[in-house]
Amino acid sequence: MRILVVEDDLEAQRYLVNGLKEAGHVVDDAADGELGLTLALSRPYDVAIIDRMLPRMDGLKMVEELREHSNVTPVLFLSALSDVDDRVKGLKAGGDDYLTKPYAFVELLARVDALMRRRQPGAVKTLLQVGDLELDLLTRTARRGDVDIDLQPREFRLLEYLMRHAGQVVTRTMLLESVWEYHFDPQTNVIDVHISRLRAKIDKGFDVPLLHTVRGAGYMIRARG
Amino acid sequence: MEERSGSAGRDADHSSYEVQTRPLTRRIGLLRTVAFRIVLLYVALFAISTTAILAFTYWNTRRALNSETDSIIAAELSALEGQYQELGLVGLINALNVRSVRGGQMLYVLTDHRFRRIAGNLDGWPRIDPREGDYQNFTYDRDGVTRHARGFVFNLTGGLHLLVARDIHEQYESERLFTTALPWSVGLLLLLALGGGVLLSSDLLRRLDVINSTSKVIMAGDLTRRVPVSRAHDEFDLVASNLNSMLDRIEQLMKGMREVTDSVAHDLRSPLNRLRNRLEAAATRLDPDTHTAAQIDAAIAETDHLIATFNALLLIAQAEAGVVREAMTLVDLSSVVEGVAELYAPVAEEKGIELTVELGEPLTLEANRTLISQALANLVDNAIKYTPEGGKIDVHLEDRSGVVVLSVADNGPGIPASEHKRVTERFVRLEQSRNSPGTGLGLSLVAAVARLHEARFVLADNRPGLKVSLEFTRRPRR
Repeated sequence: MRILVVEDDLEAQRYLVNGLKEAGHVVDDAADGELGLTLALSRPYDVAIIDRMLPRMDGLKMVEELREHSNVTPVLFLSALSDVDDRVKGLKAGGDDYLTKPYAFVELLARVDALMRRRQPGAVKTLLQVGDLELDLLTRTARRGDVDIDLQPREFRLLEYLMRHAGQVVTRTMLLESVWEYHFDPQTNVIDVHISRLRAKIDKGFDVPLLHTVRGAGYMIRARG
Repeated sequence: MEERSGSAGRDADHSSYEVQTRPLTRRIGLLRTVAFRIVLLYVALFAISTTAILAFTYWNTRRALNSETDSIIAAELSALEGQYQELGLVGLINALNVRSVRGGQMLYVLTDHRFRRIAGNLDGWPRIDPREGDYQNFTYDRDGVTRHARGFVFNLTGGLHLLVARDIHEQYESERLFTTALPWSVGLLLLLALGGGVLLSSDLLRRLDVINSTSKVIMAGDLTRRVPVSRAHDEFDLVASNLNSMLDRIEQLMKGMREVTDSVAHDLRSPLNRLRNRLEAAATRLDPDTHTAAQIDAAIAETDHLIATFNALLLIAQAEAGVVREAMTLVDLSSVVEGVAELYAPVAEEKGIELTVELGEPLTLEANRTLISQALANLVDNAIKYTPEGGKIDVHLEDRSGVVVLSVADNGPGIPASEHKRVTERFVRLEQSRNSPGTGLGLSLVAAVARLHEARFVLADNRPGLKVSLEFTRRPRR
């Protein structure tokens, strides 16, 4: 996958580029907004990672320009700004996701993967499947093999999000943001407790576990592993 | 530290303050305004002095007219007396007959001792004391009309009575007109002044209302607004322009505050970011089971804790400075409470704590959703941390006649009442909770969020346990 990184903190940029390359992506980089915009408009990228504060052209402005050119490349904003409302501003300007510095690289990688996945067109799915686990989005029921699984509404949404990102690492923050729509620090690892409950429902009594903990990163649902 | 606890006390008072939103005219009432009171006082003084001046003029004019009448009568009398002295009674009668003009202004009558008319232009002795002495006012009838006159009685030898008088009916009528008109005039004067007062004070109130409504909008977060200044350059314009320069200063300070937090955030987050990056990079090159890898993981955890503390502090600073106020929207508080309670319910259950939620009618509030959620999460999280196993936590939301009360009550060890104030201060953690995880800024952030929303932040004894309440005063929609 081809990724554009626009970041003026050169050390952070180098780290980011190396990390993404190690993860198997092709990466172009720019250190200011103008160059970033030129690159973004010159060739297709799967994801653009853009710092909010850039020399020559601000990150927000750059994305606004990008969107004016009908460019729909998914954009992940990085920000060292403090304002709680910056997220809203970033998303309004045309960003797709927003990550505050300092971030964990696994968090960034997971979000980049999610953005790429979102981009892939496909028929609207009404049935999600991972191994022998099935989630019917129309009847809002879940079953594994021939066992019906009784889920609370929030557990259903949690499982739906995990299954939509099957095979990908999903971080706790991503779950908190997407499933609960909260953008704050819950202090305790509340997500872990919710996950262990879900795990008890979908994995308990089955030989092959589907819901895995990825050390230092988050969770992943996958059929084999 | 002393200074800080002082400011905490002040802030607790500050949180009960509310923005006055109704127009002054309705809130104070026209009759209680300073302008109206001044006008009223002025009117009273004016009425009293006018009445006094008019009364003096009346009295003086009356005296002058009377003394003129008196001197005319005195001249007549002395002329008649001369005739009487020279020509005797016959001469007097002749003189009277000559002078007596029917319907004239001078009045004469001479009677015998039984008051039977001998001469003169009056039909008989009028209603007047026949003793000699002073000028007297009396009435007499002419052509069926009772008229007023003023005269002097002169008693002659032989029991004869002479009255020389002057008709003062016109003067009397004028006096009567004046005395009846005076109270009416004063009444009218008062009425006009009252109307003027209402007009004047409503004009003053209207100008104050402009200032009041503008400051309301500014307090609600729009710092770009200014009080309009007219071209009259009067006292109000002076107040308005002073307010405006104060606002300029505040806006500048707020802007400065924002710039400072932004640059502090940027300057600290960037190196923290690099630090975390380097640690992560180092960890990936190591076998996760080695001692060094464990050390690096611990260092990463420390970094994350540092970041969390820094973020919490920054958020508190922003909330206290009110820089996030513009992001206020109508928030469904009931759904926030339900969501947070649902998020923490499994954690509470794991600890054997019963978490109950009591919601009345769905409640909405002008608020910052993220901050309100964070504050409530902090409260619930704290309650779970400090409530022992088998305890009970109650989250409560209700509308107490316009005041939206959101409270989290537990039956844990609670906080001594003497510590309540200190708890909301930054960095303060109670001795017995030193070992609990967290930044120790949980309640401070809640207090800051409360201040931002102009809510009262109340710590109370739950007997046993702690009850933390946020009391929001509903503001009318803008």
